[in-house]
Amino acid sequence: MAHEHEHSDHGDHTDHSELTEVERRVRALETVLTQKGYVDPAALDVLIDTYQTKIGPRNGARVVARAWVDPAYRDRLLRDATAAIAELGYTGRQGEHMIALQNAAGRHNIVVCTLCSCYPWPVLGLPPVWYKSAPYRSRVVRDPRGMLREFGVTLPAETEIRVWDSNAEVRYLVIPERPAGTDDLDEAALSALVTRDSMIGTGLARTPTES
Amino acid sequence: MPYTSHADLGGRLGFGPVVQAAEGTVFHADWESRVLALTLAMGATGCWNIDMARAARETLPDYLDLSYYEIWLGGLERLLVAKGLVTAEELAAGHAPHPPQPFGRILMADQVPAKLAAGSDASRTPTTPARYRLGQRVVTRAAPVDHHTRLPTYLRGRTGLIDRIHGCHVFADSHAQGVGEDPQWLYTVVFEARELWGSEATPGHRVSFDAWQPYLEAV
Repeated sequence: MAHEHEHSDHGDHTDHSELTEVERRVRALETVLTQKGYVDPAALDVLIDTYQTKIGPRNGARVVARAWVDPAYRDRLLRDATAAIAELGYTGRQGEHMIALQNAAGRHNIVVCTLCSCYPWPVLGLPPVWYKSAPYRSRVVRDPRGMLREFGVTLPAETEIRVWDSNAEVRYLVIPERPAGTDDLDEAALSALVTRDSMIGTGLARTPTES
Repeated sequence: MPYTSHADLGGRLGFGPVVQAAEGTVFHADWESRVLALTLAMGATGCWNIDMARAARETLPDYLDLSYYEIWLGGLERLLVAKGLVTAEELAAGHAPHPPQPFGRILMADQVPAKLAAGSDASRTPTTPARYRLGQRVVTRAAPVDHHTRLPTYLRGRTGLIDRIHGCHVFADSHAQGVGEDPQWLYTVVFEARELWGSEATPGHRVSFDAWQPYLEAV
């Protein structure tokens, strides 16, 4: 029943006769758990809304932009990322033990979880499909330069690359390099240059002309 | 039956190119979002812990054929049946004629924001000093184990350096087996790529992971 979801984006708008097998299973599961009183259906809606509209990579982009404009904040972020990120209001599930990794000229960090999909939810939201996929998890630890090329990133040959396999409960946020030509941008404009991929390490922050 | 994880993918070959996606698409179908929410809501009841959930997912026999939320769905169904909270017949019928079993606590809608913001701190107060110091050379356990572990196969029996010390954390291997939190010192250990991949490694490439103390021995 793999990949049936690719054909089934009608979800709740579909009548039962058109449900795919996986949709039928999920609906059955939710019905049983609700009838048993194990879950509050309203809580499910709040959980979904939270990760669809409230917690996502714009949170992390604000952290990065603050670190770019405020050296004291950057120092706190590098010393105790969990506390510094909490200053901006981002805490909790899958971000309880944060480490910030600063990219710089000659030094590039990339994050993966080869064993599942561990990811810093409070600052980046839920991981993209590729981050959870076998191709990324298998190859980035072995051939990071080849992986970066797939993402359109070519680093100088002398740049050191460190791949962080986040297999425990520590979560990593990459602080990408601040692009050149951004001296006159304010924090909000800078945060718009910070992409999700640049905070995983598979991308770079955009330049003002790219955005 | 020996414990087999199908999720231990680091360094394996043959999975093809990465399919990238633009920022902004969180779910690709409504059912994916329901699986996420059901998993989080049932996790909040305290009927199992996160390491038991990872173990349930990674041992699904068809793991590599499933999409990620299909893996979460399969893992959740397994845990529910294994804990006796639902029966396989109820899941097949989509109807629950049997009364609920005693369980922890239901997560109500108004509790969700605080619950997510609080998270679940894995750190514990140390009762023994750390065995290793920053910069010390260590070697990872070479032998496979017959239970859930967070020591990836590609990092077994490899020599690296202690790079960070994170304090004591709940030990996933024990926690997943239901034998308690068994807190252990947690370190980041960094390896030169040559140590992992031999002559195919490129200069200046290093890999690190987070290792509980039982994974390590002094060199």
